[in-house]
Amino acid sequence: MTELCDLPAHELVAKLKKKEISAVEVLESTFGRIDAVEGRAPSTAPYDPRPDDATRVHAFISIQREKAMERARAIDALIARGEDPGPLAGVPLSVKDIFCVEGTPSTAGSKMLEKFVAPYTATPVVRLEKAGAITLGKANLDEYAYGSSNESSAFQPAPRNPWDLTRVPGGSSGGSAVSVAAGEAVVSIGTDTAGSIRQPAAFCGVVGVKPTYGRVSRYGLIAFGSSLDCPGPITRDVRDAALMLNAMCGPDINDSTAANVPVPDFTANLNDGVKGLRAGLSPDYARIRYPDQKTGELRDVDLPDDIVAPIRRAAELLAKAGAEIVEDVPMPNTSLAIPAYFVVSRVEAASNLHRFDGVKYGHRTSAPVENLREMYRKSRGEAFGLQPKLRILMGMYVSGAQYAKQYYQRALRVRTLIRRDFEAAFDKNGRYRCDVLLTPTTPATAFEIGAVYGDSVLMQYADLLTVPANHAGTPGISIPCGLDSNSLPLGLQILANDWDEATMLRVAAAYEQLTADEPWRRVRPTVLEH
Amino acid sequence: MSDEITPELFAHLVELAALELTPEEGEYLRGQLNGQLKAIRELERIPVPDDVPPAAHGVAFPPEIRPAPRADETRPCGDAEKILKQAPEAEEGYFVVPEIPHTEL
Repeated sequence: MTELCDLPAHELVAKLKKKEISAVEVLESTFGRIDAVEGRAPSTAPYDPRPDDATRVHAFISIQREKAMERARAIDALIARGEDPGPLAGVPLSVKDIFCVEGTPSTAGSKMLEKFVAPYTATPVVRLEKAGAITLGKANLDEYAYGSSNESSAFQPAPRNPWDLTRVPGGSSGGSAVSVAAGEAVVSIGTDTAGSIRQPAAFCGVVGVKPTYGRVSRYGLIAFGSSLDCPGPITRDVRDAALMLNAMCGPDINDSTAANVPVPDFTANLNDGVKGLRAGLSPDYARIRYPDQKTGELRDVDLPDDIVAPIRRAAELLAKAGAEIVEDVPMPNTSLAIPAYFVVSRVEAASNLHRFDGVKYGHRTSAPVENLREMYRKSRGEAFGLQPKLRILMGMYVSGAQYAKQYYQRALRVRTLIRRDFEAAFDKNGRYRCDVLLTPTTPATAFEIGAVYGDSVLMQYADLLTVPANHAGTPGISIPCGLDSNSLPLGLQILANDWDEATMLRVAAAYEQLTADEPWRRVRPTVLEH
Repeated sequence: MSDEITPELFAHLVELAALELTPEEGEYLRGQLNGQLKAIRELERIPVPDDVPPAAHGVAFPPEIRPAPRADETRPCGDAEKILKQAPEAEEGYFVVPEIPHTEL
């Protein structure tokens, strides 16, 4: 049965404004769902699995019930007084625990920040709350967002995929995607550095948007790759994503990279259809260079039909609705996006992780130490998990004086080539003149827990189809486009030009409407069928 | 092919990174680093012409969309106590750290 917590935000807000329901009722429904599917709270203690853990989704690191209920009552009071409660009034929001939210533990999924309580709130969260959204909890993630499965979180049990609890939800915004898919939140805010919004959205059958770099302020975000990180929405449908972007986007005095670009009403053109738009298909997103799981050797493989056929079908549907399909758009540097990312993101991550020194905040060793340097080493050694350690070491190596030319400088120049692929595809006077590109979001659907974790090379390749847009800075969205033969969700990725989220959302909304009556849309995550 | 990151080079990196690792962690991490470098060497597969500049970020960021620098005025952070409370050790408004090793310049 559909409960309030299963409805999209725009429907809830409409009902709320008509006083058919109250914000308190919506929140109670959401808490009811959390009680039913969430499971025990995770901790950083050595993980001791219990049988129950495998039957729950574990989306959250912390839940702020009282604070959220207080906010819901305040929203209801506003409505009772006849005041405008905002475009996201009463909408339960989960926040990836990489954002600072004042007064809440803000952990980044790391033991390093286990006891850190943020003294201020990140700009995009402030803006969502100002629009009426109610923060109800902090969602689990890969430690410092370093991963594509959520298995690396220091807080265990880690999130599980609501469609198949033996599988990962994707990552790094895994808890966020799980919470939206399982009705434990109506919308979520995540971050996308290589695909960390789009990939878990695809794995969990929800919508995820990586906006243009600079669209959304990064103030209050615990930084990973500062030239790549993009906060963005995870929602049930495209309209909700547009509503969230309306609230989140725009310049910010606290982030000099938040660009001074006008923010349109992203909901305005959702029903305009696709007539006259040009949608590109690229062979470089269908045949990929991928490591063999046994030997680790890279080889060129065709993506399976399960993954590619729904994208071709989406193109056919959009063509019938009036879009022009552009075949064979070359994106020749796609296969270099992961190798370049291995370098660029590690250098930026290492730089960002130097601030965690056990002095101003975060973990400090309780072991006796001789001096400051030993305190740094012990504190960082004790509190960072394997992924942060790996990224610091790689970042230092490839940017070291002797190696930078070979690695870091070369990776940055390859990044230029990747960017040029997008510029050529979207060039209004060029050969292809695409408005959007249609690709699969991921090379495979959700994989089994434990199947990839530990192999950091293979895990990184999970982001193969999403990371090019992070290098280029361009926007991308993943929307559900069916189920594979294991009944696992598939993602259609729509990529667009700089600052053109509006066209991207319009195409996504058109696809959503064209497939609204398809049977797969009525299938619910298995965790909700019990 | 021999490992690019030898045990000696690895120990140097660990020191630079201000980390302390258990032997098991060290072995795993060194193996992963060498595996990742194999993937990274893919970057050498294609020629990159000399006139291709490095990209510090993807989207062009010309002056017209860059926010104007804000006025150079102090903005009080409010509650300093709240900030200090996060510190593992603080005293009289200062962060307390262990002995700082003496370095000959």
